[in-house]
Amino acid sequence: MIEVRNLKKSFGDLHVLKGIDQTVNDGEVLCIVGPSGSGKSTMLRCINRLEEPSSGEIYIDGELITENNIDKVRTKMGMVFQSFNLFPHKSVIENLTIGPVNVKGVKEEEARAKGMKLLERVGLAEKAEEYPRMLSGGQQQRVAIARALAMDPEVMLFDEPTSALDPEMVGEVLDVMKDLARDGMTMVVVTHEMGFAKEVADKVIFMDDGYIVEEGSPQAVLENPQMERTKDFLSKVLI
Amino acid sequence: MGVYLKGFLIACKGIPATVGVSMIAIILGAALGLLLALCSQTKSKALQVIAKIYVDVVRGTPMLVQALIMAYGVPWLIQTWGVNFTWPSLVIPATMVCGLNSAAYLSEVIRSGIQAIDKGQMEAARSLGMTHGMAMRLVIIPQAIRIILPAFANEFVTLIKETSVLGYVGVIEILRRGQLWNASSFETFPAYIGVALAYMILTIPLSKIINGYERKMARKEAA
Repeated sequence: MIEVRNLKKSFGDLHVLKGIDQTVNDGEVLCIVGPSGSGKSTMLRCINRLEEPSSGEIYIDGELITENNIDKVRTKMGMVFQSFNLFPHKSVIENLTIGPVNVKGVKEEEARAKGMKLLERVGLAEKAEEYPRMLSGGQQQRVAIARALAMDPEVMLFDEPTSALDPEMVGEVLDVMKDLARDGMTMVVVTHEMGFAKEVADKVIFMDDGYIVEEGSPQAVLENPQMERTKDFLSKVLI
Repeated sequence: MGVYLKGFLIACKGIPATVGVSMIAIILGAALGLLLALCSQTKSKALQVIAKIYVDVVRGTPMLVQALIMAYGVPWLIQTWGVNFTWPSLVIPATMVCGLNSAAYLSEVIRSGIQAIDKGQMEAARSLGMTHGMAMRLVIIPQAIRIILPAFANEFVTLIKETSVLGYVGVIEILRRGQLWNASSFETFPAYIGVALAYMILTIPLSKIINGYERKMARKEAA
């Protein structure tokens, strides 16, 4: 379970997050939508402290996340980036084993065996020995998801995972994510894919200007929004 | 023609000294340069300032002056403290100066190499629970090395040529061999042409290798 309490983040004079409170329960899929610059990604990045919050607290399973326990906490939180960020000097399978082997002390063979299973799960077992640059964007993102899963996380954070993809590759990545959600993975997903949010999310929050403007079930927020700003945003993105 | 060949062969006798000093110095320089580069990237202001001052001082003074200070100035200073100190061999301070000198240049090369790595790489590594040091060692530095390699090899070529000042602090390297032969034979032109050729057989193949590597990398990136 993740609890975010009165989270604020400023970059100099720019106040990106102005007080966010949110709880994500185990097994829940939370989708964060909103216009660019609304603070969605910053909120996500504050959860695993890729951005240091200016104030406020974040708890995972009741434990306050601090500068001191962050390395341990991160092993419980997988992160998937918009730009994949695979390690280009490592083969696909090495991308999956580098974390478990070096951070958790898992044996090389064991990590490899597990990595192969994960690659099968994302449909890329035959690419194990190739290097990331040989893969399409969609394939790279699937490997990135597998890399995060290799650490056995309790939570997965997704930062606009399909925004950098060619349209025909969005589906394959969303399918992997849906599969994860069905298996009961706790997920926080910053996305512009409203269809995905409607289908998979347990809860959707709409953010604008550093605040959560509206939150609720996907039907409530995406199909029957109450706030003007939400309506205005959705009228622009939905077809 | 024979006199030119002789000049060349005599100069070549200095190659082991020149190459030996250069190789030990580049290894020293790489290690210290990496340390300086990491210092300049830390959050600690003090370490940043120390690294900056080091680089400024070394780059702001001629290597010959640094070598004279190290070879003759330092023993003099230590002797004034009442300790009877002399270098067992002047090759030691000469090699140290070359290493300290190339560290300053290499630290800039290494720093820019590290900075050229997309910051998403560090974030991805940290998001897997790696410490900063682990991420540097496993993810950032291995990638930076590929970028740095040509500049690193260029620094080695530069260093080979710069060691020619070490004759002034007692190292019998390529130039010194030529000078000594010139002093005894008065074959001035063949002596120095021989010296130049001896440097060229070291530097030109190295430069060719670097160019080849850079072309290979460029092709790889284009692919």
